[in-house]
Amino acid sequence: MQISGAEILVRSLQAEGVEFVFGYPGGAVLEIYDAIFRQQEFKHVLVRHEQAAVHAADAYSRSCDKVGVALVTSGPGATNAVTGIATAYMDSVPMVVISGQVSTPAIGLDAFQEVDMVGITRPCVKHNFLVKDINELATTIKKAFYIAATGRPGPVVVDIPKDVTQQLAEFHYPESVSIRSYVPVTRGHPGQIKKAASLLAEAKRPYIYIGGGAVQGNASAEVTELVRMLGLPCTNTLMGLGAYPGDDRQCLGMLGMHGTYEANMAMQYCDVLIAVGARFDDRVISVPSHFLAQPKKIVHIDIDPSSIAKRVKVDVPIVGDVKHVLRDLIDLMKQNGQRPDAANLAGWWKQIEQWRSYNSLLYTPSTEFIKPQSVVQKLYEITGGDAIITSDVGQHQMWAAQYYPFKRPKQWLNSGGLGTMGFGLPAAIGAQLANPNAQVACITGEGSIQMNIQELSTAKQYHTPVKVIALNNRYLGMVRQWQEFFYGTRYAESYMDALPDFVGIAEAYGHVGMKIENPADVEGALREAFSPALKERLVFMDFRTDQSENVFPMIQNGKGLDQMDLPPHMRDLQIAPFENNRDYGNMC
Amino acid sequence: MRHILSILLENEAGALSRVVGLFSARAYNIDSLTVSTTEDPTLSRMTIVTHGSDEVIEQITKQLNKLIEVVKVIDLNESDHIEREMMLIKVRATGKDREEMKRMADIFRGRIIDVTEKTYTIELTGTSEKLGAFIEAIDRSVILETVRTGASGIGRGERILKI
Repeated sequence: MQISGAEILVRSLQAEGVEFVFGYPGGAVLEIYDAIFRQQEFKHVLVRHEQAAVHAADAYSRSCDKVGVALVTSGPGATNAVTGIATAYMDSVPMVVISGQVSTPAIGLDAFQEVDMVGITRPCVKHNFLVKDINELATTIKKAFYIAATGRPGPVVVDIPKDVTQQLAEFHYPESVSIRSYVPVTRGHPGQIKKAASLLAEAKRPYIYIGGGAVQGNASAEVTELVRMLGLPCTNTLMGLGAYPGDDRQCLGMLGMHGTYEANMAMQYCDVLIAVGARFDDRVISVPSHFLAQPKKIVHIDIDPSSIAKRVKVDVPIVGDVKHVLRDLIDLMKQNGQRPDAANLAGWWKQIEQWRSYNSLLYTPSTEFIKPQSVVQKLYEITGGDAIITSDVGQHQMWAAQYYPFKRPKQWLNSGGLGTMGFGLPAAIGAQLANPNAQVACITGEGSIQMNIQELSTAKQYHTPVKVIALNNRYLGMVRQWQEFFYGTRYAESYMDALPDFVGIAEAYGHVGMKIENPADVEGALREAFSPALKERLVFMDFRTDQSENVFPMIQNGKGLDQMDLPPHMRDLQIAPFENNRDYGNMC
Repeated sequence: MRHILSILLENEAGALSRVVGLFSARAYNIDSLTVSTTEDPTLSRMTIVTHGSDEVIEQITKQLNKLIEVVKVIDLNESDHIEREMMLIKVRATGKDREEMKRMADIFRGRIIDVTEKTYTIELTGTSEKLGAFIEAIDRSVILETVRTGASGIGRGERILKI
């Protein structure tokens, strides 16, 4: 029996086991919406702006093991989706975005709501398709899901002209597809894994650097096993938070521009570094030449060959699925009884504990102003460290990353690569739908939240009781911090005047609003928001925080990992420089 | 350093723009690019001449391989290869220049493929350097127009780029 292209699309999505489609209707996708209306298998979530549809689908995917799906119309619907697509691309999130297109005869004629979606998204997708022939529609959808979820994951756009959704064809959904030009690797090269094992076993100051690839590659169990088996120190990147439990002693916290002192010092002074699904980006290692000035051997495990030797030349590149490579590495080291020398390792730990003892995340408490860090710490306490946290971009994002030690992967959802303000709230909605029983909180700022605040309406419609924790300092805080440090305190356009009454906004959308101005009220307000009485409600918490608070430690542009701007309490300390040739064996 | 990359890719709409877009997005250089279908109509063969440090060339190769429609990439510089480029050059050929131009075309093994009272159009094939040398060798003022294809390359002997 022949069915329409729209029905073929819907049946294809059903065949992929799609639960939710996040979208917004429009002229070019009316046929598709009609087909969705006539089915029950998946739910459609109507957002209030297409960017939010893509962020919600993205976070849905990040917080479970499925491919997120977004559906937008042609022209402005498609262009509104682009920021969301670029966000997912930078963070390697598997996603399929369906965009409507004007009918094939109208393509190229500047038709109403026409835009070259395939052209516009080309640099920010893993792949994209324009489906011109209805007979290729089902196979294309299959390919899109396959490409999105395999290898290094990423978003795939499928642009479908309106006439294709209206034509009729037989429906046959392929069981599998193979693409001759796309064969992702899984297993790492055994010879390289052997080299990595030897390097680790001979290391005096080993360190494991865990990135988002360990989260997306579901390698948390393997990386945790390796770190514990050998008693190694490790660090998670912003994207890797939770891959190794942040509340464990062997984790030195996050590294990078706002990483802990110990995580950054260990990164600079280790002698053997194992990078697991991480990419040595500028916010992590800062200047490559300074990072490499301290001699070290580097093993880089990544599924994407182009991530290897992009910014930093490494000694042992291993291309493969991090999960498989780590499994092989662990098995090999177990089998050979290989492990680093205990005395050397103890000495290294002694040095690390000394660095850690400076407590670089210490901040000065206040009874007058709400310290933003304290809000995150209280949130951690009250949620038992178990909540799924989404964030926007800026100071609040860094404080969330620093003061909420994530216990498990996929618990922390943020736009790390693109740095997209407006990600947090739609992401929280997507994560809540993927995890209906989880507590979901969005840590945001008064700047970021206003970039997608209309999604309070979506949250109401779909009963997603997320808690919005707005750290409101009346400034675009990170911009203000940079202006304070580097632009002579000229706060150009970083102060937000005429802020709305967020409590009123929350209530107008049918939610609960709270305004918290006194440090003494922080805990009580959070307890109330997370109490059973408000379990089913979205609570918008407007915390009026200290306007002058800065994020520390901080590595300025052009500085090295061991050249951090330190928090006030560390500035007068006489910290002995690291001695490269210190005999660790004798220190114990 | 100059490198000549040979790329086998799916002969599909948009594949070329992905390759070209990659070069511009990542600020790589394209000195020349040629592309056409192969004996297998589902495949295109592209030759890109580029330049950059070894690190940049390594990244270019990896990034190209990452494109879904790219089947294979080889850097012809890694071993012996042959490259050829074709140029059509139209020159003013009058008076004593007419005989001189014929002589120069012969020396460079060019062929005159169009003749008018005042002009010659010469077809010249060779390495890019050879075509450059021809332009250097003749009087610049007589050149009316030049069209160059950009280099195409192929490995010597048993080195084959095929699925």
